[in-house]
This record gives sequence, structure tokens and C-alpha cells, in this order.
Amino acid sequence: MSANTKFAAGRREFLQQSGAIMVGFSLAPAAFGQQPAPKPARLPGSLNANRMLDNWLRINANGTVTVSTGKAELGQGILTALAQIAADELDVAYERIEMISADTSRSPNEGQTAGSQSVEQSGTAIHYAAAEARDILLQLAAARLGVAADKLVVADGTVTAGSAKTTYWELAQNVNLKREASARVKPRPPARHQVIGKSIQRRDIPGKVTGGIAYVQDMRLPGMVFGRVVRPPSRRAQLESCDEAAVRNMPGVVAVVRDGNFLAVAAGREEQAIKAAHALRTSAKWTESPDLPPQGMALYEHLQKLPSRDSVVNYKVGAPAGGGQVATLEATYTRPYQCHGSIGPSCAVAQMKDDKLTVWTHSQGVYPLRLHLSRGLRLPAASITAIHVEGSGCYGHNGADDVACDAALVARATNGRPVKLQWMREDEFGWEPYGSAMVMKLKARLDERGQIVDWQHDVWSHPHSTRPGSPTGSNLLAAWHIANPLSMGPPVNGPQPAGAADRNAVPLYEFPSQRIVLHYLPETPLRTSALRTLGAYANVFALESFIDELAAAAGADPVEFRLRHMKDPRARAVIEAAAQKAGWKPKQKGDGSRGRGFAFAKYKNLAAYVAVIAEVEVDRRTGKVQVMKAVAAVDAGLIINPDGVSNQIEGGIIQSTSWTLKEQVKFDRQRVLTQSWANYPILTFPEVPAVEVVLLNHPDERSLGVGEGSQGPTAAAVSNAIANATGKRLRDLPFTRERVKAALA
Amino acid sequence: MAITISVNGKQHSVDAAPDTPLLYALRNDLELNGAKFGCGLAQCGACTVIIEGKAVRSCATPLSSVAGKAITTIEGLGTSAKPHALQQAFVAEQAAQCGYCANGMIMTAKVLLDKNPRPTEAQIRKALAANLCRCGTHNRIVRAIQRAAKGAV
Repeated sequence: MSANTKFAAGRREFLQQSGAIMVGFSLAPAAFGQQPAPKPARLPGSLNANRMLDNWLRINANGTVTVSTGKAELGQGILTALAQIAADELDVAYERIEMISADTSRSPNEGQTAGSQSVEQSGTAIHYAAAEARDILLQLAAARLGVAADKLVVADGTVTAGSAKTTYWELAQNVNLKREASARVKPRPPARHQVIGKSIQRRDIPGKVTGGIAYVQDMRLPGMVFGRVVRPPSRRAQLESCDEAAVRNMPGVVAVVRDGNFLAVAAGREEQAIKAAHALRTSAKWTESPDLPPQGMALYEHLQKLPSRDSVVNYKVGAPAGGGQVATLEATYTRPYQCHGSIGPSCAVAQMKDDKLTVWTHSQGVYPLRLHLSRGLRLPAASITAIHVEGSGCYGHNGADDVACDAALVARATNGRPVKLQWMREDEFGWEPYGSAMVMKLKARLDERGQIVDWQHDVWSHPHSTRPGSPTGSNLLAAWHIANPLSMGPPVNGPQPAGAADRNAVPLYEFPSQRIVLHYLPETPLRTSALRTLGAYANVFALESFIDELAAAAGADPVEFRLRHMKDPRARAVIEAAAQKAGWKPKQKGDGSRGRGFAFAKYKNLAAYVAVIAEVEVDRRTGKVQVMKAVAAVDAGLIINPDGVSNQIEGGIIQSTSWTLKEQVKFDRQRVLTQSWANYPILTFPEVPAVEVVLLNHPDERSLGVGEGSQGPTAAAVSNAIANATGKRLRDLPFTRERVKAALA
Repeated sequence: MAITISVNGKQHSVDAAPDTPLLYALRNDLELNGAKFGCGLAQCGACTVIIEGKAVRSCATPLSSVAGKAITTIEGLGTSAKPHALQQAFVAEQAAQCGYCANGMIMTAKVLLDKNPRPTEAQIRKALAANLCRCGTHNRIVRAIQRAAKGAV
């Protein structure tokens, strides 16, 4: 059997061999958009929307357990962590757990895999579903063995009462999990965790380092052809003409698709598709018109003049705590458009057969993708199956969904042959939705004791979520370009307390008065959407930089100043742990080139607590900032996999250091100019800081999302470290050599 | 036009145009998944293979230029059942998040260790300076290479 058919057969074989009594997973009513029964009791986590137990797990006669999640592996290790939870709650060895994920034909619908919520939502559901399944199995075992259920002992799925014994696998035939979860069986206490809390090695890494079939990019199906897309040269460009006939005659070309402003090709060989796409691009004539905003600092003036929807997202007025106000500070911070910059450009495989479409996709949300594909392609959702297969890391809404639509449009023209379509590097940089440019204006007043008595934060931002899933329109790029186009669904800012553009704009510190205002800018020619942390990266950068500016005005040490305003005991513990680990010396001044900075945030004000200390060295001659070292302290509640948490925190610190020092999308008034890594440099090995992570485990607290916890604090810690080192405050991201040099001149 | 290439010790005849990038022959004709398409511009390193002892970007290497030369891909280093010391070290250090860049890291490290079996940390970072990782697993990758170099896998 060749590698390609192995991939295709893997899932079918599994279903045939698993020996389970259930033929398939039942789909909750919500999965098909029907109304659930009136007012059912609220169930924990994602159980609430996917209420059937067999939607989540299945006990197999062959000695395995199949756990199904609606969340997708994005390289964050979620399938390993969820398997750990299931193993402990069921009392079976970790190795027995098989995971399947995010597949509209057989997984729960858990929306998007986003917002550091997978352990909180899917993990909670699996805690409860597995605990209840164990209880059901024990009742069956008790009946079979003729003893009371509370006399049974379970070890790795073997149930014993004295000399009598049975196993889950013997009972598999009789277990009926086709029932609604009750959540009456509580997850086990932390003292009884055996697999949870251990740094179990990730399941996916051995294949990824030995050339295994690991990604959608590696899929091969019989008869498969290769697709490439030809995007317009700019946002408003209209196709006048192109030489389809010449391209059709090129070697290997199977299809040329022209539908409005959507152009694509398919060919028998990948390099033939690339050549054909190049020829089609070269022959195409477009009418272009400029509509992009100005670059540089003018961009931020421009943003503040755009039509905005303004809302006060948080407001509080209290009596000043102390004497008179002695100082008022104001500062403006900015953040440019930034890229996800996945190393592997987005890719999908699509097959259209008998009016049924199957797409294999690295989308973060297969159900919302199916909904928007259905609209864009004018195909009933029931005729579409969207199956998650891992891709290159996405860090939010990159081209994953768009390329699935591209592949589907090409698959309509290949007579049933599957199409693998991968974007080229310039497609990804040019057309991925960017993290929004943002302006943050802060203002605060200090009293004579150095207490902040009044705080104001205004943020201007475009949308941070324009993913597929909106109730109208289609948020797939090709759906806007085809001859019968749809427009983007109206963007909505996620509500507080998590927020979106205003994420983490509300301080966790205790100030007597505060006012947080969002100036939401729904219109943008440069599409923006979710980039890891949404607005939190820039809001925390501004908030935590400003705290340092106020600490300096109050003549206080930055750590002590934060503790002065912080009541939350877990936040205080994290701040103190980071300071201790890094050997923080109060009021230590930088020496002109070396310095250190502190920052803290509780992600979304409801997920992990993270404090970061950065040490920098600034080359005053060249302006180059090197982050030498970063130390982080983290409270993520109950930790499922400590090494997995550390990996996320370390990665977040390094990625944020790259955003903070280097990254911005470049464009002129008509075209995006960022096309390759040459135009979009990111942090390289010699520039990467050493990173140390301290985990404060709280096994009795619920797990808190951690995947996006370190990015915001890192940006501010670097900014504060530069100020500590040089005495100059930088407020405009990124801190490029040119900017640093200019500031120090 | 058929071109014969030698990959992991075996001869393969590939029927493709001479200017076809080696990457597509490896991935699509030989069905080797290790080398990845990242940029097509020799900027990121995801497609790295070893040709006659040198780390080469297969996305920008025409097939015709490597006929008759000994090409090694990550599949030629080891398998998940019998991994190479570097592959083992990447697992031991959990030196990946998405793992898309891992091929290039391991193949570049292999060439480094073949020339310099005991590199310093700075030498490792320099050798990998043109290999991009976006998840931020750089330090784990460096530790994995140090682990493999020490033979302490």
C-alpha cells in the first residue's frame, strides 16, 4: 500500500476495525443548526452545545477508547492534553486513548479552535463525559459481577471485586452512551490525577520529525491534481482580460478557472500548476484603483479620522483615595498591521463528486467553514464535509479557510479529481487577514502618594474577528471575487469581559476611577482578523508601558508600583514569582545600553496570569535591540501538561519579541508590498532570547487558557526594558533599528 | 524527459521538465513528505535536503542540476521506529509546536554536526540563522541539537 492510500484509508480502517457498538458518533442537534429542546439544564464546557455522551467518546471492544473533540490540533498539543484528561477520568492507560478531531461528519461542533479556550471548553466536556462514562461502565460491571458498584476497583479499564473481574472492553458491547450527559458525576479530585499534570510527550512529534504524513500538505489521493490561484494585484482590481486559451495549452494543465475576478489553474504536476498560474498572471490585465491607507505615522492619524462605532466598554467613578492630584500623564501608543506569517503557506484538498464536496482543511473551525462554503459555492451545507487535517502553525485566522474555498472552486472544474491547492508565499503575505493596526491613547492622574486615581484608555482598531461563521455573507476571499459575489458578514466586536479589539484594555489593577473607550473601525480596505491575542497584544503593550511611565513619575519601582495597585492574590503571586525568579532588584537603573523591564497581564482578564521580565541590550550606534533573556511566571490553574504550557509560553514570548522588534506589513496606496520573508523579516536564531518559565500550579483551580498569555506582557516588558536601559520611551511598534537609532540620537 | 536522481541510496527516474524544482520530485514523485514547501525562494529552509554533504534548499534547486548526485532527505536519516540521534533528540526535547520547519532544522543540524560534532550554542544558532521558525521553538531546537551532539539521547 502506498503512502497516499494509507492516508485516505486510515480513518475508514479505523471505523471498520474498532469493533465499537456505535456505528458513528451522534451529532448534537446544534450541529445542524436546529433549536435544541427548550431550556435544557446548562452543562459544563462544550457539553452544553454537544449534549450526547457518544458525541464525545466510545469504548471499543479492542481495548481502546475513542475520544472525539471539535477542537483541532494546531501544533499546540491539544490532542495530547485532551487524551490525558480522558485517560484519568476513565481510569485507563493514556496509550489506549485514540483522538479524532474537528470533522463535520463525526465530531462535536465546538466552533473555532481559538482564544486559548480548548482546555477550558473541550477539556471540561471531556472531564465530565469521561467521568460519567466510567460511572456507567461501573454500574454495568457491578451488575455483571453481582457486587455493589462502590466495591469495585478499576485499573486501566480492568474492573475487579475480589477475585471477580471484567473489563471495559468486555462491557463495550453493552455500554450505551447514546444518551444525554447529566454532569452528575463529578470529575475526580486532583489528588487522584495520574496522567493529568504530567509532561506526556506530544503524540504528533515523532511523525513530524521523520517525514511521516503529518499535514494536509502531505495528503495524496488517487487521481489528485495540483491547483494554484492567481489573486488580483490589489484590493479593488477588476479583471479586464487574460489568455485562458494559451494557459489551457500548457503542459499538464487540467483546468483554468475564471469566475469574475477569481482566477485559478489545475495541472497534473505541481510545478506545471505553478508555471500555468505564472503565465495566467502575466497575461492578465486588471484595472486598479488606490484605496489603501497612508503608511508610517500618518496611518495612525488616518485611523483616528475613520468612521467609528464608539462605545464605553468600562466605566467607574470613585472618590480619589488620597490627597490632591499632583501629576497627569498622557501617552499615545501604536501598533502596525502585522502578519500571521505561517511557515507553510495555507493549503487544502478538495474533491467534488456527485454534487458532494469534501474538503480537507487546516481551518480552525470546520463547521463555520462549511457554513460559509455553502453560501459562497451555493451548495447545501448537508452536501459539504469539512475535515480538519493539520497544517503549518496558523496563530489565528490565516489563509486556511480561504484556500479551502479556492480548492473547492477548482475542484468543480476537474471532473471529480481531487485538487490539492497550496498558496504561494506571496499569496499568504499578500492576502492573509492581518492583525489590525491600532492606536491606544492613555491618560492617568497620580495623587501625592503616588497612587493612580484616574485612568483612561481609548483604543482605535479594526475588527479582530472576521472568520467564517457570521450569520450573513461569506468571509471567504474567493466568495468576494467570483462573478456572483457575496460580501463579508458584518463584523462584530466580541463582548467584554474577553473583548476583542478592546481585549485587556480594562486594567486588572484597582483604580478608583477609570474609563475605557473603544473606537471600532468596521471599514478597512486591508482585511483584518484574529491574530493570536486579538487586541490584547497592543492593549497590554500600551497599558503596561504606561504603568511603567507612571511608576517613574511617582518615583516608584515598577514591581512595587504594580503590587500597590493590585488586589487579586493570584496576580500578586505571579508578579512576585517572576520578580524572584529573575532576581529583580528594586529601582535598578540601566547602564545606557543594558536594562530590564517588567510587565503583567491576566489574558482576557479571565485566563492565565502571566508576568514577564525582559533583559535587553541596545546597540546605541546601530539601534539594534537584542532581548537577551526573558523570565516568565505563569498561573494557569490546573495544569494538564506542564511542558505543553511551557512550550506555549516560550513560543509566545519569542513570537511576540519578533512582532515587537521587527514586524509590520508594508504597502503603498494601491498594493500590499509585503510579499516574501525578504520584505517581512522575523526573529532569527541568533536574535532569540533565552527563556525561563516558572509554573505556579493550582490543581484545585480550573484550568485557564494559556496559549496567548505571554504575548502582551512580552511587548511591554521589552518596551520597559529599553526605557530602563536608555532612558528613552518608545511607543510605536515595532522597535526597528531605525526607530531606536532616531530615538537615541 | 526522464531524469535519474539518487535519493537515500536509491536511484529514481523522474519524468519531469529539467527546471522542475527538486522539492516537487521528492514530494510528489517519490512521495517523500519530509521536505516542505515554505517559500519557494530559498528564504525559510523548510525544504532543506543534503546533497553531497551540503544543506541545500530543494525548492530552488532544478532537477537537472542534481542528476547523479547523492541526495539525502530526512527519511534517509531514520524512521519513527529507528530514528536518527537528531530525530530522537527532537522528540526528547519536544522541540516542535507545529513542526513544519522541523525538517529544515534537522537537516541543517545534520550537516553542522557532520562538520563540527561539538558545536557551541553560538555556532548552532549561527548555523540555523537562515532557517525560520514561527512558533518560537528555537531554544528547544538548539537544546535538541546539543543533546544529539552529546550523544545523550
